[in-house]
Amino acid sequence: MKKETYEVVIVGAGIVGAACADAFAERGLRVVVVDRDVVGGGATAAGMGHIVVMDDSEAQFALTHYSQRLWQDLRPELPDDVEYEQPGTIWVAADDEEMAEVRRKREYYRNRGVAVQVMDARELKQAEPNLRDGLAGGLLVPGDAVLYPPCAARFLITRAQQRGAKLRLGACVTQISEGCVRSNDGQEINGDIVVNAAGANAAELTAGIDIKKRKGHLVITDRYPGFLRHQLVELGYLKSAHSVSRDSVAFNVQPRRTGQILIGSSRQYGAEHKEVDQTMLANMVRRAQEYMPALGTMSAVRVWTGFRAATPDKLPLIGPCPGYKSVYLATGHEGLGITTSLGTARILVDQVVDSKPEIAVEPYLPSRAVKEFVHA
Amino acid sequence: MPSEFTVVRVNGVSVSVPVGTTIAVAIAIAGQPCRTSVTGEPRGPLCGMGICFECRAVVNGIPHSRTCQLLCEPDMEVRTDA
Repeated sequence: MKKETYEVVIVGAGIVGAACADAFAERGLRVVVVDRDVVGGGATAAGMGHIVVMDDSEAQFALTHYSQRLWQDLRPELPDDVEYEQPGTIWVAADDEEMAEVRRKREYYRNRGVAVQVMDARELKQAEPNLRDGLAGGLLVPGDAVLYPPCAARFLITRAQQRGAKLRLGACVTQISEGCVRSNDGQEINGDIVVNAAGANAAELTAGIDIKKRKGHLVITDRYPGFLRHQLVELGYLKSAHSVSRDSVAFNVQPRRTGQILIGSSRQYGAEHKEVDQTMLANMVRRAQEYMPALGTMSAVRVWTGFRAATPDKLPLIGPCPGYKSVYLATGHEGLGITTSLGTARILVDQVVDSKPEIAVEPYLPSRAVKEFVHA
Repeated sequence: MPSEFTVVRVNGVSVSVPVGTTIAVAIAIAGQPCRTSVTGEPRGPLCGMGICFECRAVVNGIPHSRTCQLLCEPDMEVRTDA
């Protein structure tokens, strides 16, 4: 049996694995990334690529805010095909109750140094003329950005390779054990540490971590330049996305550089197959049309799905895996992995090389979420 | 020979075509490409049967209309430069 040895073995070449590879390689460690498929082909390819600051919890804010800053720092280096743009987000309020949420959100962001602007109904209509009449207003977050995730993952992997990292594609890892991964082609790769960055599949490789697949649908339209100017997300999203058990849809649309419009979002537990669910798709598109009726006149060119890696407390698992000496986790990012990939990589590397992280790592430590660990 | 003609405008220029002519043909008579690709290349009808989407243009304000599948009607506004 052929054996190879590295300092860091990363399982998963999604954007999180790619960012980790790049960050470890930057510190001079010998890294290999293993993936059964292609770079950025899983949840990364099914994410909108919204680089967004979130406020569900202090820990979520800290990681998204930190990560957004890292993306801004990286911006000059990003190749054109990453399509990094900064249209900003508008959180759309449908009624007075949601306007109250807009004001709460404004205070929250302001108190933490994030620029925001409250829009009344007229200002919202002016900013996005294709929204329906009768909406209450919104909150503009100008610093939020969008990018094209598969190309961002490829950029990070390529930079890691330039820093000496190796990439093994087409090898399906079937087992992660202490200091070693095995793939279905019989190959073993040894590492001083192993990072499980397998997204929604992470729990199949490391028993005991509480990650569930949360399926999502996306639609992309033909090109309609100028139709949409900001990423728009309904504030009702807060109600629907937080429901941990029910299937839900929300109005979430994004302008692409090409003039295409990316339409989300749906959330489903217990759906294991990647086929498009026509009922969910219809509900999602109907929800989008409730906010932007003219979307109904547009041509969609593609519909696809993916699986988010969801944790019970909506925070990722970043750090040492309890019960192991050499296994680390970098998964559980649910719908925020594109944004938080860069922050995740930094604070994981900081833990491994024992340097001081720029944000507190405790909220993301896997030890908080362990039920019981069974050694593989 | 067809006895009836209809007039449409392609990028503001009037084109007279026999009744029953597709818009794609009217665009060709006007000497225009149908659309421009993401990388700026001029495109025109390839399949002629609504499959390839290369003949798209703005017809009466509706973007991405497949002009090979639409017949010319009086006073249609066709834009390939939008």
